[in-house]
Amino acid sequence: MSTFIQSPFGQKIQKLSSLHFVIGCLLISTLYATVCNLAFTEGSFLHVSDYTISLFGKYLCYALLALAVDLVWGYCGILSLGHGAFFALGGYAMGMYLMRQIGDRGVYGNPDLPDFMVFLNWSEMPWYWAGSDNILWMVAMVFIGPGLLAYVFGNLAFRSRVSGVYLSIMTQAVTYALMLAFFRNEMGFGGNNGLTDFKEIFGLSLQNPSTKLVLFVATSVALCIGYIISHYIVSSKMGRVVTAIRDAESRTRFVGFKTEHYKVWIFVVSAMLAGVAGALYVPQVGIINPGEFSPLNSIEMVIWVAIGGRGTLYGAIIGAVLVSYAKTRFTAIMPEAWLFALGGLFVLSTLLLPKGIAGMLPASWAKGSEKENDGIEPSDNYENKRSESNNISNPAEAK
Amino acid sequence: MVVDKKGSPLLAEQNIKPDTRHGVILYVEDVSVSFDGFKALNDLNLYINDGELRCLIGANGAGKTTLMDVITGKTRPDFGKVSFGQQVDLLQLSESEIARAGIGRKFQQPTVFEELTVFENIELSLKGDKGIITSLFHKLSSEQKDRIADVLHTIGLAKECYYAAGRLSHGQKQWLEIGMLLAAEPRVLLVDEPVAGMTAQETERTAELLTSLAGEHSVIVVEHDMAFVRSIARKVTVLHQGSVLAEGSMSEIQSNPDVIQVYLGEDQG
Ligand SMILES: Nc1ncnc2c1ncn2[C@@H]1O[C@H](COP(=O)(O)OP(=O)(O)OP(=O)(O)O)[C@@H](O)[C@H]1O
Ligand SMILES: [Mg+2]
Repeated sequence: MSTFIQSPFGQKIQKLSSLHFVIGCLLISTLYATVCNLAFTEGSFLHVSDYTISLFGKYLCYALLALAVDLVWGYCGILSLGHGAFFALGGYAMGMYLMRQIGDRGVYGNPDLPDFMVFLNWSEMPWYWAGSDNILWMVAMVFIGPGLLAYVFGNLAFRSRVSGVYLSIMTQAVTYALMLAFFRNEMGFGGNNGLTDFKEIFGLSLQNPSTKLVLFVATSVALCIGYIISHYIVSSKMGRVVTAIRDAESRTRFVGFKTEHYKVWIFVVSAMLAGVAGALYVPQVGIINPGEFSPLNSIEMVIWVAIGGRGTLYGAIIGAVLVSYAKTRFTAIMPEAWLFALGGLFVLSTLLLPKGIAGMLPASWAKGSEKENDGIEPSDNYENKRSESNNISNPAEAK
Repeated sequence: MVVDKKGSPLLAEQNIKPDTRHGVILYVEDVSVSFDGFKALNDLNLYINDGELRCLIGANGAGKTTLMDVITGKTRPDFGKVSFGQQVDLLQLSESEIARAGIGRKFQQPTVFEELTVFENIELSLKGDKGIITSLFHKLSSEQKDRIADVLHTIGLAKECYYAAGRLSHGQKQWLEIGMLLAAEPRVLLVDEPVAGMTAQETERTAELLTSLAGEHSVIVVEHDMAFVRSIARKVTVLHQGSVLAEGSMSEIQSNPDVIQVYLGEDQG
């Protein structure tokens, strides 16, 4: 065994990190699903149905969203209970674009105005809809909308040193306030009903199964890119600073870091990831409405991460996909009981798996194992030290 | 982007050079702090000379930690003036700016980044650009690695360098925090109760380290352990109820009637 580890191949395997593994898994399963969807017909054992594809397209959006939550909560200790707001804002940016793509195919056949504006007897589009039929505008808004909200909120909250429970409550209040605002017809985002009845995206019909497949693949690619960015951030010195802020913020200040800046920055990045997730979600489900701002949604996201295991990135993905899958299954049988089931799941996982599902995976993964600490070798048996220290950690942290 | 001591543009605060032409590096003048009417510091005056090692003693609640909070920007005084050298007004700077200007601090409760390794704790404390962009693209240079290795060696934690700091013993955490101070290469070190939880041997080594730092750095040590104070002290300041009661060499202090009455008296009685 030891000769295997010392062999070049063995060393390569050891160097493989969670990053390679996660990206590999995502790409392979996406490829598998795509091929099996296209190459095998219904009834075949290997067939992956269009329904499954669209379902997993949704789950991958949730996974990207969970990744965003883990970045701020798992690594920086900011328990945001308002990430649904960023998700929804990204979704609305996409929704506006899709709305404009309907053209005169709406119920009222008005070539200039979306149906809901005609219904409200508006004669022209509000100023903030200007440019919404432009693809670049849409992409920019997917980032700017959530990013700006996070920037303004973060600056207000972190500079005045609000943290802990107070911060979480404030984030809930923000998403709740936005929900109420978006419910109003005068806001100009379709009120209650939101934006829906989309026809096509980039010229592809949304009814078409192949479009769903493309969206699924696009979401998977977005998740990979989001994962690579997040992984890069958390394994850079930036990630260490952020972890330091989580564990001892005032110490971090006395070491010379402007902690507020770091917190705002990571919050903005996270909000943008959530916005992208929302933007990819909307064409796949065909609707965006104020319900997405509901405080309950934001809490659910945090539960995904808690169940999957916070502070690992891949834990967030596992948690989001598994819990969403459970939700799909469960709500098909007993829709009313889902919240109880979710609560129960959360309590159970906190009691039995304090580190979440990711806690059951190899410990060396948990902290970006390929970190380059090769600067000094204090003794020849550094590897032993490291694994030894990992062994010590587990029982100690379990109690 | 690599931070290079010579190459990269320095932050404005890092150019702060205290003016020490009068030989004084830290001025604390007429400082008062009150918490809900209770005066934790009361018209306190303190001058620390460049390169000196000063011991601060005083009963529990005398205001020693509060004084450090004021100097490092954690607590803003109600009145008074605190300056670094003659011209740098510390009351205008934030905690992180004060730290970058060259005033380092060790807390009374050892505070290290528990989830990070010992190595990473030192890495984050290294002197240098602390901006976001730099952190994002930072790669340790070989000088920085050497510097970290040096510090680890000095504090005797080279073997533990890949341990998570949270698993160190209390005394080791104290050492690590001192190491974090050293890595920042500050002009002034504020050290709050450094030997609490250390064995006699460790205490002795701490004494050696702190005395060796004086000269190049100015060091202010708060400590209750009188034997330790005696072993390192050149000049001692006694705080009592938020102001300076006496100042002088250890023997002067010990023979000062005021001090005997309020502080040493209780101790020995
Ligand atoms: N944030 C605060 N709010 C209210 N009172 C405070 C605060 N910080 C300090 N105090 C009070 O100020 C006084 C001085 O406290 P300080 O911590 O400076 O004492 P100290 O000399 O460091 O004592 P010790 O030797 O026990 O560490 C104490 O009576 C303390 O209760
Ligand atoms: Mg104290």
